[in-house]
Amino acid sequence: MKRARVAFEGAIHHVTGHATEQNGGLRLADGRLLGEEEVVWLPPVAPRTVFALGLNYADHARELAFKAPETPLVFLKGPNTIVGHRARTRRPDGVAFMHYECELAVVIGRTARDVPKERAYEVVAGYTVANDYAVRDYLENYYRPNLRVKNRDGCTPLGPWLVDAADVPDPMNLRLRTLVNGRVTQEGHTRDMIFDVPTLIATLSSFMTLGPGDVILTGTPEGLVDVRPGDEVVTEIEGVGRLVNTITAGQQP
Amino acid sequence: MESLTRPPVQGTVYGTVLNDRPSLERMGAALTRPPYGKPPQAPVLYIKPWNTHAGTGSRVRLPKGAGRVTLGATLGVVLGAPATRLEEATALRAVAGYTVALDLSLPCASVYRPPVREKCFDGACPLGPRVVERDALGDPSSFTVRTLVNGRVAAERSLSDLVRPVPRLLADVTEFMTLEAGDVLLAGVALDLPQAGPGDEVAAEIDGIGRLDVILEGDLP
Repeated sequence: MKRARVAFEGAIHHVTGHATEQNGGLRLADGRLLGEEEVVWLPPVAPRTVFALGLNYADHARELAFKAPETPLVFLKGPNTIVGHRARTRRPDGVAFMHYECELAVVIGRTARDVPKERAYEVVAGYTVANDYAVRDYLENYYRPNLRVKNRDGCTPLGPWLVDAADVPDPMNLRLRTLVNGRVTQEGHTRDMIFDVPTLIATLSSFMTLGPGDVILTGTPEGLVDVRPGDEVVTEIEGVGRLVNTITAGQQP
Repeated sequence: MESLTRPPVQGTVYGTVLNDRPSLERMGAALTRPPYGKPPQAPVLYIKPWNTHAGTGSRVRLPKGAGRVTLGATLGVVLGAPATRLEEATALRAVAGYTVALDLSLPCASVYRPPVREKCFDGACPLGPRVVERDALGDPSSFTVRTLVNGRVAAERSLSDLVRPVPRLLADVTEFMTLEAGDVLLAGVALDLPQAGPGDEVAAEIDGIGRLDVILEGDLP
């Protein structure tokens, strides 16, 4: 099963779908069938703590001229930055480099503390796709990556669907890719994560309590390019979803 | 987490460091050397997530193996309305009131990477004892923040030391991220902080707001 939250005709609807349905089509609880473009897609979960991983794919760490970290490089994001499928994300005027990051997002389903790796999947509610945009012009070496780079309003699209964990039998065996205006610019595979999903859950829960609605964005592989106003950016993960976002011109800053 | 009481606020809590002149002076030449390179341009922010939130009277269990934590007493600015791209001159209109915060952290000299392991253990962000309405208090730069350990004053600071006073900080933060009603922005946590450990009764206090009391406990054997 997969679930989404959408706005349609002035109301918010919780809709369900099945993995076998064509991506995009959805059915309201009263049976109405709607096309992907007839509704406003909201983030499939209202996140509480949002964790994000830096440099969690060896190829991406090399791309940024970093050696792979020995412990997970974790940073946090606020609710202001999360938007749904088919949203528009602003590129600030005058910046030189804004890039997407296609990431597998893990949604926690229950309160979890000191979870051993071998039981980590038991606390996962499901998976969705995240696009963790960064505006690198604002990168500073204080609590890097700093919030001005990574926590801007509307700069973390999430969705379209929350796919039940049971329908993603091996989250460490999924292809990821990003297309900009239909051209593939990023390709990777979740098996190349440095710290896999069970390790991340075990590590985080070893020093803090996780709870329902917490989300872990698990990092991105290599292949980052600058995106410009008007670009359509599609981040997709095999069996999880295809998340569409459009870049729009911002105002200063 | 059963020994934590509830704080008087519900929203996201954002902290700031390097927003006081003594901390910048203490960093000194290090600000222009690797890994930092140059002094901070934008506010240096971090998030204290929901599992860290606690109220006055909480018993906070320190992480496994932690002998000491730093006591980052500061002002919590509580938003009363959604705040985006505030102007400095009118920024305080978005503020509902003020509370006291005690940002607990494992000691960490570096400010290069986000301090998640250090600052995000359960109960690491006591807030309270209450939210006092903005108009009942004066200019936040006139506030004095005291830290107490077992009843004795361990640190005292005036918020006249802020690099970005509260209205400027609100303007610079909301330039790129919206704060919602109920969110809390901590006015700045110093680098040179008193420490305490298991068994200590610690408190943070601001005249006119009140005293936030917390008991630190060791991890279970």
